[in-house]
Amino acid sequence: MTDDILMDEPRGPGMATPGSILYVDSVTVSFDGFRALNELSLIIEPGELRTIIGPNGAGKTTMMDVITGKTRPDQGDVLFDGGVDLTRLTEDQIANLGIGRKFQKPTVFEHLSVFENLELALKCKRDTLTTLLFRLNGEQRDRIDQVLGTIGLQDKVRMQAGALSHGQKQWLEIGMLLMQDQRLLLLDEPVAGMTDAETEATAALILELHKDPHHSLVVVEHDMEFVRALGARVTVLHEGSVLAEGSLDAVQANAKVVEVYLGR
Amino acid sequence: MHSILNPARRGFWFGFIGLGALFLLVIPGLNLLVPVESALHVPNYMVTLIGKYLCYAILAMAMNLVWGYCGVLSLGHGAFFALGGYAMGMYMMRAIGTRGSYGNAELPDFMVFLNWKELPWFWYGFDNFAFALLMVMLIPGVLAFIFGWLAFRSRINGVYLSIVTQAMTYALMLAFFRNEMGFGGNNGLTDFKDILGFDLSQSSTKLGLYWLTALLLGATFLVVRFIAASKLGRVMMAVRDAESRVRFLGYSVTGVKLFAFTVSAVLAGIAGALYVPQVGIINPSEFSPANSIEIAIWVAVGGRGTLLGPVVGAFAVNGAKTWLTGAAPELWLFALGALFIIVTLALPKGLVGLWADLRARTAKENAHD
Repeated sequence: MTDDILMDEPRGPGMATPGSILYVDSVTVSFDGFRALNELSLIIEPGELRTIIGPNGAGKTTMMDVITGKTRPDQGDVLFDGGVDLTRLTEDQIANLGIGRKFQKPTVFEHLSVFENLELALKCKRDTLTTLLFRLNGEQRDRIDQVLGTIGLQDKVRMQAGALSHGQKQWLEIGMLLMQDQRLLLLDEPVAGMTDAETEATAALILELHKDPHHSLVVVEHDMEFVRALGARVTVLHEGSVLAEGSLDAVQANAKVVEVYLGR
Repeated sequence: MHSILNPARRGFWFGFIGLGALFLLVIPGLNLLVPVESALHVPNYMVTLIGKYLCYAILAMAMNLVWGYCGVLSLGHGAFFALGGYAMGMYMMRAIGTRGSYGNAELPDFMVFLNWKELPWFWYGFDNFAFALLMVMLIPGVLAFIFGWLAFRSRINGVYLSIVTQAMTYALMLAFFRNEMGFGGNNGLTDFKDILGFDLSQSSTKLGLYWLTALLLGATFLVVRFIAASKLGRVMMAVRDAESRVRFLGYSVTGVKLFAFTVSAVLAGIAGALYVPQVGIINPSEFSPANSIEIAIWVAVGGRGTLLGPVVGAFAVNGAKTWLTGAAPELWLFALGALFIIVTLALPKGLVGLWADLRARTAKENAHD
């Protein structure tokens, strides 16, 4: 494999990283001297489902902030789809490239209805003038109905999103992510605050999405049962870098991981 | 259909046509057709006063577009209003021609007084009404676009944006106070004679200006409604409620804010251009920071983020101001401050929101019976 060479050489934008959908290379982010990410490297293959675990403060959310353009790294490369340098783009440009994100705390537009929330997320041209003159066509309406079915909020279409329960907001946000039809989906603790039944349904939905090779998914989660249900490759983050990677059983047996989690 | 406005659409058109009939037909009718001695007669001074309020209502709707819907609290909208007013004032100064005190066909009186020999370049073209109209919209629009682009691109938000817009209008006020600027300094522009050949001292001209203002308020209403009911309107509300989330959906927040801010500034400029011929003067005090704050109070009192709220607020606050500054002038600023505190604490949705709440409550009680 050429991975070793790729890891060691600093590379600029446009350099081919064959195959990978997301290529994070020795990214460092410091806040007032605290290193939230410390030479973090990570490669996600197209169509891959990856779960990321790690104790609080391991840098999971900061990693997502860097990928989605919210935080600029001090150093390191973040390349999308084999060559697009994400560190030079704004949040909206990155979203339009095909990267979607679900936040840890459900963030929906509280004063808009469930339907309007999904409509805003709908994949289409998003410049200001197009948005001003936008009219929903039948196909797009069907797509919204379809997603409403998937997230089980058909009877709440007209309800203000602010009036939904916590779990329903989580689902609505997942629905918004589906509406965007992105190629890389980043889900930050998607089952936080969900009931067991909701958690199961979410796992099923993620596995359903994973069946489509068009989607690559990165799921950050604390809930080990949920991680097990996904049955995907696991990356363990610790103090801003990768501590271990492999199947869930393998990382759980890893001495370093045990030490970090149990504090021995 | 899922549009948020649909259930209220009929009510909207009834209200719109009703208000249009009141301002365009009833008030002019009561002025022209009812004899002066009748209690129902609307005197000329009242027509001009209402015309002034209508200008404020347009300005308030402009403010509501950017603050009420998009969440950008601009405290510099008085500047856009004043710039529109100055552009119209410059046309009317040029229209005076040789009828000025010094009888100079080229130069307005204040320039002759300052011993200037020729017209400054930035006064060129203002003898042409169409050019002046273009400038009424273009100058506030371009200023808002440049200022907004710099501010929004650098993500200057919330109270910081309010402060820089205050600074903008204050800086413009100081600049316009200077005689060297060429806009009449302290005294501003005044002693207008006519507009498009219509004598400004005639009550028929005043009624015509009033009528035009009412018509343009209606047009502004439709423009704001079109934007608010569009998908862009919903994106604006989303920016107001969760700005960073909108970015992650792929919308340019800078673009959305810039659109709202620029359209709003153009509407404010039009309001200023209608205001100046009706009050007969424009001077730098229109740029004063307090004026811009007052606009925000009109919108808050009426109800921000509602279509009708700004009109209600502009009439309610200015009506109270006219009455109170006549009855007890020293109390006005206290009353204004108290009003702002009451609205902020007790009526977050303003008078229009209070009305809607009361109606909802009555409907609920009726349903229980």
